[in-house]
Amino acid sequence: MKTRGSIRKTGLACLALGGLLASGVAQSEDNPIKVGILHSLSGTMAISETSLRDVALMTIEDINEQGGLLGRELEPVVKDPASDWPRYAEQARELIERDEVDVIFGAWTSVSRESVLPVLEELNGLMFYPVQYEGEESSRHIFYTGAAPNQQTLPAVDYLMSERGGGAEQFYLVGTDYVFPRTTNRIVRAYLNANGIEDDAIREEYFPFEHSDFQSLVSDIKRFSQSGQTAVINTINGDSNVAFYQELANQGVDSVDVPVMATSVGEEELRGMDAGPLVGHLAAWNYFMSVDSPENEAFTERWAEYVEENDLSGGSDRVTNDPMEATHIGIRMWAQAVLEAGTSDPDAVRQAVPGQCVDAPSGYEICMDEENHHLHKPVLIGEIQPDGQFATVWETDGPIRAEPWSKYLEGSEDKKADWTYPWVCGDCEEPRYDLEL
Amino acid sequence: MLMRQPFVMRLARLHSGFGWAVLLLLTALALVVVPLLNQFVTPDSALYIPDWLVTLTGRFLCLALVALALDLIWGYTGILSLGHGAFFALGGYVMGMHLTHNRMETGTIPNFIQFLGRDDWPWFWVPFQSFWFTAVMVFLVPGALALVFGFFAFRSRVRGVYFAIITQALTFASMLFFYRTETGFGGNTGLTDFRELLGFSVREADTRLVLFMLSAVAVMLSYLLCRYIVTSKLGRVLVAIRDAESRVRFTGYNPLRYKLFVWTVSAMLCGLAGALYVPQTGVINPGEMAPANSIEMAVWVALGGRGTLVGALVGAGTVNGLKTWITAAYPDLWLFVLGGLFIAVTLFLPKGLMGLRQQMAGRSKQ
Amino acid sequence: MRGLSWKGAILLGLLMVPAVVVADTDGMSADERAEKLAEQQKKQTQTRTEGLSGEAASIVERLATDDWQAINDVVEELEALAAPETLPVLQALSDRRLYFDEQGRVLIEDPATGEYSDAITGETVEVASENLSQPTLTNAIRRGIRPLIGQLQLFSDDVATRRAGAEELADRPRPEMLGRLKELRAEESNPEVLRLLNIAIARLQLDASDSEERLEAVEVIADVRSARMKSELESLLETDAQGDPVEPDAAVREAARDAIEAIEERQSTARFLSDLVYGLSMGSVLLLAALGLAIIFGLMRVINMAHGELLMIGAYTTFIVQNLFALMAPQWFSFYLLAAIPAAFVVTALVGILMERGVIRFLYARPLETLLATWGISLILMQTTRVIFGAQNVRMASPEWFSGSVQLMQGVSLSTSRVGVIAFAFFVVALVWFVMNRTRLGLEVRAVMQNREMAAALGVSANRVDMWTFGAGAGVAGLGGVALSQIVNVGPELGQNYIVDSFMVVVLGGVGNILGSVFSALGLGVFSKFLEPVAGAVLAKILLFVAIIVFIQWRPQGIFALKGRAGDDD
Repeated sequence: MKTRGSIRKTGLACLALGGLLASGVAQSEDNPIKVGILHSLSGTMAISETSLRDVALMTIEDINEQGGLLGRELEPVVKDPASDWPRYAEQARELIERDEVDVIFGAWTSVSRESVLPVLEELNGLMFYPVQYEGEESSRHIFYTGAAPNQQTLPAVDYLMSERGGGAEQFYLVGTDYVFPRTTNRIVRAYLNANGIEDDAIREEYFPFEHSDFQSLVSDIKRFSQSGQTAVINTINGDSNVAFYQELANQGVDSVDVPVMATSVGEEELRGMDAGPLVGHLAAWNYFMSVDSPENEAFTERWAEYVEENDLSGGSDRVTNDPMEATHIGIRMWAQAVLEAGTSDPDAVRQAVPGQCVDAPSGYEICMDEENHHLHKPVLIGEIQPDGQFATVWETDGPIRAEPWSKYLEGSEDKKADWTYPWVCGDCEEPRYDLEL
Repeated sequence: MLMRQPFVMRLARLHSGFGWAVLLLLTALALVVVPLLNQFVTPDSALYIPDWLVTLTGRFLCLALVALALDLIWGYTGILSLGHGAFFALGGYVMGMHLTHNRMETGTIPNFIQFLGRDDWPWFWVPFQSFWFTAVMVFLVPGALALVFGFFAFRSRVRGVYFAIITQALTFASMLFFYRTETGFGGNTGLTDFRELLGFSVREADTRLVLFMLSAVAVMLSYLLCRYIVTSKLGRVLVAIRDAESRVRFTGYNPLRYKLFVWTVSAMLCGLAGALYVPQTGVINPGEMAPANSIEMAVWVALGGRGTLVGALVGAGTVNGLKTWITAAYPDLWLFVLGGLFIAVTLFLPKGLMGLRQQMAGRSKQ
Repeated sequence: MRGLSWKGAILLGLLMVPAVVVADTDGMSADERAEKLAEQQKKQTQTRTEGLSGEAASIVERLATDDWQAINDVVEELEALAAPETLPVLQALSDRRLYFDEQGRVLIEDPATGEYSDAITGETVEVASENLSQPTLTNAIRRGIRPLIGQLQLFSDDVATRRAGAEELADRPRPEMLGRLKELRAEESNPEVLRLLNIAIARLQLDASDSEERLEAVEVIADVRSARMKSELESLLETDAQGDPVEPDAAVREAARDAIEAIEERQSTARFLSDLVYGLSMGSVLLLAALGLAIIFGLMRVINMAHGELLMIGAYTTFIVQNLFALMAPQWFSFYLLAAIPAAFVVTALVGILMERGVIRFLYARPLETLLATWGISLILMQTTRVIFGAQNVRMASPEWFSGSVQLMQGVSLSTSRVGVIAFAFFVVALVWFVMNRTRLGLEVRAVMQNREMAAALGVSANRVDMWTFGAGAGVAGLGGVALSQIVNVGPELGQNYIVDSFMVVVLGGVGNILGSVFSALGLGVFSKFLEPVAGAVLAKILLFVAIIVFIQWRPQGIFALKGRAGDDD
């Protein structure tokens, strides 16, 4: 508890200020501030997204316990898009038009985010997106609290190529067939080419969601690995990972010979599977539950307490993970921005979010970039342990800035996410990106 | 017979006077009353129709059009298709391709084309820049697939449950095909982020209102077309095929041509529905081809009452209305309700809601 | 061969019963799991040193660092030293059981007791775990440690330990070890260890200066025919900048060429065989998924769209049985699968009978309506499962004797669970065949199927037979669910993924013909695995679907037609 003192102090200070403002400006604002939560609670993504709803509700509860924002309670409105991408769009529309929420915390897969984006643009909504993603996007309506490729996958590739990481000379890119793995792998391929690894030392395979027969793939990985030191970059999402790692173990692919670096396997996913076959393999994130920091201790303790209070399914087995941390950071930043703006109006809050900083569970002070709507985040490489946790084997020196448009991709190297101007002027024409820089 | 009376007369006899009155009333409701209530009534008023409700109703109308198409082939010809979702989605994709062209600045291509390792539009994307080409393809693409598929299936006399199963396989295979990024239609994401159609922004409430009115017109005209078909001599042959195909064949008719015609028309109507549905929903993805969606379409028709056309419209409206309400209010209950509907309709309402009305009428007469 | 391996697996399972005291279960927490793993490790490893002195001690002391390069150096020095007494330290380092405290003492954790012992003195030390740090460990460091551990294991008196060491070295021999390996070979008496050592030495001697030695090495490697060593042989055939061969001796080059050929031949056989085996494995999954449908659709002409949900119920029954075993009889846990087989059969058969009595029997005359009604049932079953067990997948733990893999030949291995599924598929087919052809129920079912009125006239209660047939078909679907639970994720939507596939199998095989379903399932599996390397998994599946659709147009009665017009049944 003591560890979050600093942030609470700032929070309280702002609260007092905000309260003053609020009482001065409008007396009638005693109705709650509505907050939309848009995560799948059923279907294939439920395994990952349910916890995000829970941690969002927890953080909102914490804020309410301290008296809410601007003297108003936060009222969460929870939806279940059931892993159906068009339904994300539908429900985002309902949240904004019918429930009149001021902000949405939600989405996981890039597909779901892309479905919601047009609705946000149309209705001038505001969303915090808490998951690592492929970049190549920039919107004035979304704050990305997960990692861009240069904050997750590219450092992971660096690590695998380094002497410390095993000096991989060949890469096998395996992913689920949708936009995140496809784009990430395009960037990875360009990056590898730039680092002297030619296309014939790279292999790329995709599988549909829910695919469960990886026999042929793993025997191909085995064959491929015989011609040089090989690493696998795994962008498989969801339940398929169980079958994939199981097959790796069954066919005797050892993490020492062929390390598999996962970008979408975290503590929560590991909880749902038998971690045995994954032990020794790697994952790249911006936060691990095992991180040793006072902020994290407070975060995980509060989480355990919340799970117990609300009797959440899973009980004492429940864990924290990177997107949960990102959700937590996102809500706290939004709350600070509301206090600073003195209103929960999305247009005002949007201008107040950049530059907000919080002491994050990862042990760093995490700040929202002034320009690009992304966080500065540290990168951690962890090794999967038998208890489903990660042992950090490498981390960056500190938070690094996100590059939403990858400089390794042709066509996007000149693009720059810049939301400092001209959106400050309110309703002016929105540029997708600024080509002049 | 068809030729002997003037077309107008033939049209007029599609319905009784009362029927035409109802039809006109409904058309007026959709084309005049709804726009008025949406545009000129203040939001505080109880009569106000909010934008989202207009769009929602517009989408329901598209689904009702699908039900109409399904009733034509199932209710009147006795062929149950579990693959109409594929035709619907194809129409949607055709429109989606045009809308995708519209959203891209010249010289740029969407990311899913870049995934194919190319930096220009593939040949099968290029012509969809033209709206009129697209408008034709909305009918031709599902129509052609239906024609080819139907020709072989009907020629081999694949019928009944077999036909149902292979149409299900058809939509399932199409779904898998469209899920692949390599296929070039956006893979898992499908097509989304639409901006404008014929220069109008599809995100504007006004455009949505027009789309709603267009959907209403499409349903009305399609209904009249279906009505025209089933009351013609052709329609009587279809019913004969449904009830005793062998006898029809022995009488000298070739059922293949009749079945193929109505099957293709049905697919084309689905294509039209899909094309109107997509700009109102804002996204089309392969999930629309999931076998479950196509089966759900069958329950719209079964609930309303097969072989009545009006029943299909009523059924589609009822089920989708229920769905919207229940999935929002009691999300856990929806599948129980839908499942229960399937069972109850087959066990207790073999003629659907329309049959129920007849039943009641019959009972009261007694 | 497969049958043998299967039996072997069962036998192994039987032998392991006493060993498996704590089994992996759903109710088990992460700590417990870790504990179990630690227990396994304890059996194989020494958990403390007997005290180190001199150079060994001074090197090991330097492990108290989180600088990975320093640790790499330490490992290299330990390799040069090759002192068997350092083995516990290395194993602890590799397993992340090595710590150091603020005073720089290097400590080894005993995984069983959680006690710490000083690596240098070998004595137990009392420390609070929060004051300990771990030396950095990466896969690169492990890659150095593994062969070193292997080499040190060769000094052991225990044959199994020596063998484990030799296996590691045959996999990753290090040039620096050559001399010592030769010494060890001279002393080795066990033939298997000797064979492995020869491989390790041969791999190192490929660049020996003596051409005789090189030739010998090539011959040893040729004998093993492992694809792993192909690139090493290929480097012998390379030419340098002037176009001269790197390998001066023509005889060695010739031998290397032959060896590569032999390896390639083996590789292509392996590839063919693995496609075939994976295909059979996929086919048997399809078969198990479709068999229940083959009975219900094939014999009764009922379109059971809830078939997938019967599979799902079978899988969930397995899950419940697993949890019951974990709760009530943990010592028998590894046998829960055997108990799940009858349980799943009975539960799904009951659900099936309930469906038949409650809904389907009113619809026999209307096949299309049955289709819709059973779809409704499937939605209700799915949602019921979701309400009871939650929307997420449940965690299945394979019994120990069901994990791991069976090596059919070098480069072709099939996971034990999949071998089990193949065997189980044949068992179920045999069972169905037996019931249909050798029991009274089977006779009555066939009678009713061929001529309902006639059978009824002869005193067979067609009504009752319908009920039992449906129940049996549902029960068989339940058995399929047991098998699926071991290889795919168990969740409420499990059945949805198999319904279309199952119908395809039955329609392709020929409705009413169970043997046809067997052939079509296995055929589909094998074809799709041979297509997969060319077309990818998804396109392979689409192509097969299109092929089936076309095939049905051409031959509506399926591969194995019954007499009459099977495609024309309404």
